[in-house]
Formats: sequence, C-alpha cells, structure tokens
Amino acid sequence: MTKREAVILGGLVAAVGVVFLLSLALGSTSIPLRRVIMALIGTLPDEDTSGIVVTTIRLPRSVTAMLAGASLAVAGLQMQTLLRNPLADPFALGISSGASLGVALVVLGSGYGAAAAFGNAMGMRGDALITLAAIIGAALVLGLVLVVSSRIANPTTVLILGLMFGYAVSAIVTVLVGASQPERLQQWAQWGFGSFSGVTWQRLRLFGPLTFFGVLIASATTKQLNALLLGESYARSMGLAVRRARLLTMLGASVLGAVVTAFCGPISFLGIAVPHLCRGLLGTSDHRALVPAVVLMGSAVALVAQIVSLLPGSAGVLPLNAVTSLMGAPIVVAVLLRSRRGAFAG
Amino acid sequence: MTPYAAPELCADLEAALRTRDLAVGYRTRRGRRAVLEHVNLAVRPGELVCLLGPNGIGKSTLLRTLAKMQPALWGSVELGGADLRSITHAELARRLGVVLTERVAVEALPVRRIVELGRYPHSGWFGRITNRDRHVVDWAIGAVGARHLAECDFSRLSDGERQRVMIARALAQEPVLLVLDEPTAFLDVPSRVELMGLLRQLTREGPLAVVVSTHDLELALRTADVVWLVMPGGELMTGAPEDVVLSGGLGQAFEGRHIRFHPEERTFRLLTGDRGDAVVHGSGLRASLATAVLEREGYSVAAGFEACALSVHAHESGWRVLTDDAEWSGADFASLAVFLRGRRTAA
Repeated sequence: MTKREAVILGGLVAAVGVVFLLSLALGSTSIPLRRVIMALIGTLPDEDTSGIVVTTIRLPRSVTAMLAGASLAVAGLQMQTLLRNPLADPFALGISSGASLGVALVVLGSGYGAAAAFGNAMGMRGDALITLAAIIGAALVLGLVLVVSSRIANPTTVLILGLMFGYAVSAIVTVLVGASQPERLQQWAQWGFGSFSGVTWQRLRLFGPLTFFGVLIASATTKQLNALLLGESYARSMGLAVRRARLLTMLGASVLGAVVTAFCGPISFLGIAVPHLCRGLLGTSDHRALVPAVVLMGSAVALVAQIVSLLPGSAGVLPLNAVTSLMGAPIVVAVLLRSRRGAFAG
Repeated sequence: MTPYAAPELCADLEAALRTRDLAVGYRTRRGRRAVLEHVNLAVRPGELVCLLGPNGIGKSTLLRTLAKMQPALWGSVELGGADLRSITHAELARRLGVVLTERVAVEALPVRRIVELGRYPHSGWFGRITNRDRHVVDWAIGAVGARHLAECDFSRLSDGERQRVMIARALAQEPVLLVLDEPTAFLDVPSRVELMGLLRQLTREGPLAVVVSTHDLELALRTADVVWLVMPGGELMTGAPEDVVLSGGLGQAFEGRHIRFHPEERTFRLLTGDRGDAVVHGSGLRASLATAVLEREGYSVAAGFEACALSVHAHESGWRVLTDDAEWSGADFASLAVFLRGRRTAA
C-alpha cells in the first residue's frame, strides 16, 4: 500500500467517525454533539430524554446504516471485478427481484392471512416475517441463477442471465401488485422505499453478525479479486481455482445483498456507485487498498443518505431508496464519462 | 560416458515438458472431437520452441492443453516428469507461466503491481508480498527490459510494452516453462521482432524453456531453436528450423495458389504473374531492389547474363532498360515500375 493510499484510508476513517456522530446528532430534533457523546459513554443524566433517543433509536439505525452500506459496497466491488462490468452490483444475479417476490407474496398475496397466522404461531412479528420472506425469495432466485451460471464461461452472459431472471421475477411481482387491494399496496410501497430504521437492537443481534462477518469474509478475497483483474484465463494460469472462486464470490456477495435487502428493503445504487467512487479517489484498481476503502466509503455514504433522508430539522422523511439513487446516479454517470479507456471502457 | 550418445539420452530424461500420444480437442455432448492426435513432443530446458501452422489447425488448443487450461482427450502431458493431471493448478502455476493473445485491459494499476500478481502462486491467502517476492519482481521487470516502465500505469503502455509486462508477470511465477499463445498478434513489426528477441534471450540466460505459437514464419525460422509445424492434415513436423525448411514442410503447410516458399531465403513470395524472363545487371542494393520491382511486376529474374527479352541495368544515377529494339531510362524505382506496367498495357 502506498503512502497516498494510507493517507486516503486514514481520511476515510475520520470521515466515517464524523458522519457517524452527525447521524446521531441530526434528525427530527437535533441533539448537541456534546450530549450525543455523553449519551454514548453513559455520562448523560437519566432524566435527559435525548439520551434515550440516541441509544435506542439513532444508534441502532446508524450502526445498521454502516453495516448495510459496507456490505452493499464490498459486494458491489466483488461483482464488478468478477463480472468485469462497471454496472454490476450485489443484485446483479436478480436477488433483489427474488427478495421483492418473497415480500410481495407475503404482503400482497392472498396467503398473507395464513402466513401471518403461521408467523404469529412462531412468535414472529410482521416485519420479521417480511425479512424471512425476502431471504427465502432471494435464496430461491440465487440458487437458480447459480446453478445455471455454473455452466456458463462468459461473465457477460452471467450478467445477462441475472438480468433475465430479474425481469421474469419482477413480472410476477407486477402481476401480484396489479391484483392486490390498495391498503396492502401501501405496505408494499413502504418496503420498497428502503429504511435503516426498522432494524432495532433486537433485530441487530441477527443482522449485525451476519453482515459483519460477511464483510470480513469478503475482505479476505482481495488476492483472488486482484488476480481476476487480468481476466479468468490469466487468473487460472496463476493458480486460482476460477470456477470455485467465482461461485463462492457470487454466493458471498449475493448473500450480503440479500441480507441487507431483507432487513432494510431494496437499497439501490450504493453497491454500484461506491466502488467507482473509491477507484476514482484512490486512483488504483488494487483491491488491497480498494476493499478497505469501499467498506469505509460504503459506511459513510449510507450514513449520509440516512441523514439526508430524514431531512434534519423537519418532520418530513424522504424514501431512503430515492436518496441513494439520487446521490448515486450522478456519480456513476461522472465515472463512466471520465473513464474512456481501461478496464471499464469496454 | 560416450560423447555422442549421452546428450541425446540425458536430454530425454530431463525434458521440461513431454507429451505421450496426446490428443487435443473438445468434448461435446456427442463425444470427443480431436483436433490433433498422436502428439509426441518434448521440450528441453533452455529451448525456444516456435509452434507454426495455418489458422484454425489447433495450435491454441494444443497450447491450452499443455498449460492445463483444458483437459487432454487422450494421452498425457508431463511437466518435469509428473503427469499434468496429478499437478494442482496452484502447483502448476509455480512451474508454468502463460501469456495469451488477448489484450489485457486494466485501469489504474502500475506495472509493478501487475508483475506482483505473478507472485500469486507463491504467496499466502492474503497475498502479502515479502522481500524475496519483491526481489523476484524486480528481476522479472529487469529481464524484460521494462525497468523504466515499472511505476507507469499499465493502461498507458503500448501493446508491445503490455505484452512485455505480461511476460514479466509470468516470469515472476518463476516457471521452468513459458507458454505463449500468439503473443505478437496485435503488435507492430518492430515490437514483434523485439518480443521474439526477448524470448530468445530469456532461454539463453537460464534453464527456462519457451513454447510460443506465432504466425510470423520468417521471424520464427530465424529465432527458434526448434520448430513444431502443424501440417494441414494434422500431423506434426518437428526439428530445427533448417531441418523443417529442408523437408519442404513449410511449403506444404502454407503455399497457396499465389504464394510460394523460397527455402534459400526462407521467405514467402507472392506470385504476381508470368511476363517472361528478365535479367538485372549491376550489383549491390540497387540491383537487388531492381530485381524486387521486376518480380512484383510479374517477371522472373534470371541469374547471370543469359539472353533475355528484357535487360535492366541498375546504376548509380538510376536505371536503364534495354530490349531488342529500344532503350529507356529513369532515375528512381517508381518510374521503373510505371514503365514496366506501361509495357504490359502496350502488349
């Protein structure tokens, strides 16, 4: 790692820290930073209610945002390198559509009553049921795509395959939407907005370890990702078991994407935009620097999106998904316009 | 030890690579389709082998099979005495390096980092680069003469420089055998000559053996130690370039309706027509260039001073053409060519 890269990574660490504190301080009512820090270290007097706001509402939300952002970003980077395509993201294999199909079946489908009864019997609340449905839907589509794509050599074909599965599954969702009652559509739309707020401390007990270890495992693949920079033939000639690496990487990245989608709803563009942002910032394709940068940048961008979506100082809320797209789209456009040569220029 | 039998015998034992009744090709749903069969080849350490043959004859398939990038249909490939099937990909990467035709497009990665990737099979899970790795990388960059490019961004290099870097990356694997599949395909002429020169130099410096496929016949015949020539029927002819020339195999493999191989000059010539004999008087470069003009215009140039319908004198200030009944002259070869073409329309 060069000195420049180390400096940039240090800067990113600092940026994440600052945005993290800001995300705790800003919201429908803003809380002074001094009291935020006191609440975090437990020195805030008990009668101060802002302490409860920070520790029970904002802290799990911000931790969720960081984990989700890091997960999507690192999974996006893996997919872009693996599929050698600048537009690949964690959902490239159609798992986002799979998750939404699962959710749509539960929320919109006629089986909602039965599923809710089943869920109640199992001691699950509605949102836990939605999470479970999303995971099952994503897993089914992912399994299907992986089985088919293991017979395919060309990365671009894999990408097209994921796209086609996505279209087909989305079509089923559209049919479900078209046939459902308005009050259920409202709940469906709510899920589609995406949100970090739904993950409470209790749910974070599952979401936290899943994403944390997922990111950790993904970060350990830097060597393989670097070898894949030269294409699969060269990677194989240098001793990488390409098929296995491809399968495991796609599986890992997709699981990360699916877990985030299940808990937070579909969050688009973060997985595409952050890797591009980091490549531009670092000026390198070396994953030994890119992976940590992407993890940090993903956390920071998710926190910023979270802050913006709450429209600090007002009572209004923007859909999180809209914020990430509005922030992400210009970044991707700028990067694509800038890079006219090299890996991703075609 | 007998001085004559021994080298043959030793070389046989310590072949870097050997194939035994190898068949290469593809597996389809209907079965195996062999492209080349009964291939028995050996590469000795320090040898530069050029694989030649017409397009689509199976050169790439053979090289891919030798490098374990696709499985053999029948028979076996042995690397250093061990069957390729018993060697893992990681182990193989420490003994065999590969360079392909494909243009590698990587953005924003310095040359040194690309060459470091060659340490992949030698480094641990996280790919940490040790001092010894750094030393090998430096050596590899130096060996291909790319020291001045080490810190440059790979995407800014010319195609020729990129292939050099890809070779350095393969060298960083510290292989005993380097397999290159048409590495010069996208290069301009000086880069091709330089690249082949580099490969030759690499084999001179150590025990490294190199197998390279190329379409550059004339260059290959001048640089290779051994030529493997794939004939149109699929059989392989092997030997020193001169042996292959003598056997007439090159002519068989590549000659067409309009192209002839000239064994003496080891070059191919285009047949441009039959317009009779001509004789060139003069000496040195001017005379041979005048011959070239005549041949391009379809004359067969006879040696010596035989009586011909057309005789061309190449001299210091230009050319002079004598026929039975007339005489023309000019200053440069362009005017000679125009004159010869004019004669054709007149006739």
